[in-house]
Amino acid sequence: METTLVQNLPEVTAAGVIIKAIIILAVISAIAGFGTFIERKVLAFMQRRLGPMHVGPHGILQLVADGIKLFTKEDIVPQNANPIIFKVAPVITAATAFIALAAVPVFPDFTIPNWIPLLGGVFVPSIAADVNIGILFVLGMMAAGLYGPLLAGMSQANKWGIIGSARTAIQFLSYEVVTGLSILAPIMLVGSLSFVDFNDYQAGGVGSWLIWQQPVAFVLFLIAGFAETNRTPFDLLEHEAEVVSGYATEYSGMRWGMFFIGEYANMITVSIIAAVVFLGGYSVEGIGWLTIILKVAFFFFLMLWVRASWPHIRPDQLMWLCWKVLMPIAVINIVITGIVMMV
Amino acid sequence: MYEVIAFYLFSVLTIGLFLVTVMSKNVLYAMTSLASGMVLIAGFFFILGADFLGVVQLIVYVGAVMALYSFAMMFFDATKDIKEKNTSAALVFLLGGMSALVLVLIFAAPIHSETIQALYPMHEGVGNAQDVGIVLFTKYLVPFEVAAVMLLVAMIAGIILAGKKMDDSLTEDLDADDEIYIQLKDEK
Repeated sequence: METTLVQNLPEVTAAGVIIKAIIILAVISAIAGFGTFIERKVLAFMQRRLGPMHVGPHGILQLVADGIKLFTKEDIVPQNANPIIFKVAPVITAATAFIALAAVPVFPDFTIPNWIPLLGGVFVPSIAADVNIGILFVLGMMAAGLYGPLLAGMSQANKWGIIGSARTAIQFLSYEVVTGLSILAPIMLVGSLSFVDFNDYQAGGVGSWLIWQQPVAFVLFLIAGFAETNRTPFDLLEHEAEVVSGYATEYSGMRWGMFFIGEYANMITVSIIAAVVFLGGYSVEGIGWLTIILKVAFFFFLMLWVRASWPHIRPDQLMWLCWKVLMPIAVINIVITGIVMMV
Repeated sequence: MYEVIAFYLFSVLTIGLFLVTVMSKNVLYAMTSLASGMVLIAGFFFILGADFLGVVQLIVYVGAVMALYSFAMMFFDATKDIKEKNTSAALVFLLGGMSALVLVLIFAAPIHSETIQALYPMHEGVGNAQDVGIVLFTKYLVPFEVAAVMLLVAMIAGIILAGKKMDDSLTEDLDADDEIYIQLKDEK
């Protein structure tokens, strides 16, 4: 089974992959920063407020102000904390989020024009690491991301932090099961773990999108995706009203900012997976890449929309939802899919 | 060339991290280095072209097994060092050295055999997952099913052990408000 994007593409070189990695880092970090502004504005309009208004026209420069605040804030390591692990933890969150993005299609592939010195003629692929088990790799990397909050909470010698990291462990472990099982049914239909094959399978237009064949899996994946990216209504890890700020209680400045960037990068990754696996993904010709950006933007907006509309849920409700509702439904969905495929 | 650099980098890092796991007296250091060593072992699978096994290593060991370990570690004070009880240094040295020797012999043995060849070689143009699946459901079907039954037994046992008080909710029987109310009543 061939899993290259289009057959007659130039060879992918190390330089191309490095350029791609730099593009992903720069653009996704910028989007993560801009996302905070969008989030505040969207929440404000949904709650009939104005949101940030004073810095620049309609508060658009609030982003810069926030950035300056994050970079210049005093960096505190608590006295009884374990300093090495305390400093490593935010890096784990940000790094795993970006490594996960290496295996998903972000932006179209292009060749750098020849008139640019040094780099002219280098082909930049659309997927930095086109492994043919892309989906599993992304899920595995997002699973490894749980060490960020976990180690952060355990290293900071703070009771809220410990509660936050305990919640991290149970929430991420439980919802990984639902994510994996819900995405298994589409994988069975397509017969491949590569994002490119998923895209080709749904190339026939809106009618061939997998969401029509697998609506249950789509809803389950979305719910589990919210939990895995720690969004409301499942943001129990840093539930202000209960555990101050959970695992992030003792963090300030850029270390806290890295948790934030990691969370936003994960939101984008989950949006891309949902768009490629269930909503047809991208197409190579014409404005095809605009469609996936619109789909990702819609999922991003949906996360903000849900945050504006729903309250937090209790930890026991979270576990009940995962093990007694979502997981059985996911298993039944897989069994029915298997029976339908065999008959 | 990249493979060689990556191999030596991963080897040095893995051995170093696992050394930290064994030598360190701090729970947090041991746990972090063990988890990151597991991630690097997945790197070896990727170098060998076994993408699927690499990702399985990531998901199973890093995502699940180590996460459960660390959940157990929550019951300790992770910021303090642990006092280890070493019974006899000579015995530890002897046993450790012998198991190391046996492991080295086992893994070095294939060097002297030229007849070793893959019984189920990779197929060209077929994905990793398909190859693993074919071997798993033909040659190794019985061990696979036995493993499945064992996991089922473990799951049922876990539910029975933990399930005795499953119907009593910790949050529903007595609200915090009721508790305060009762306390106030007692004080009167």
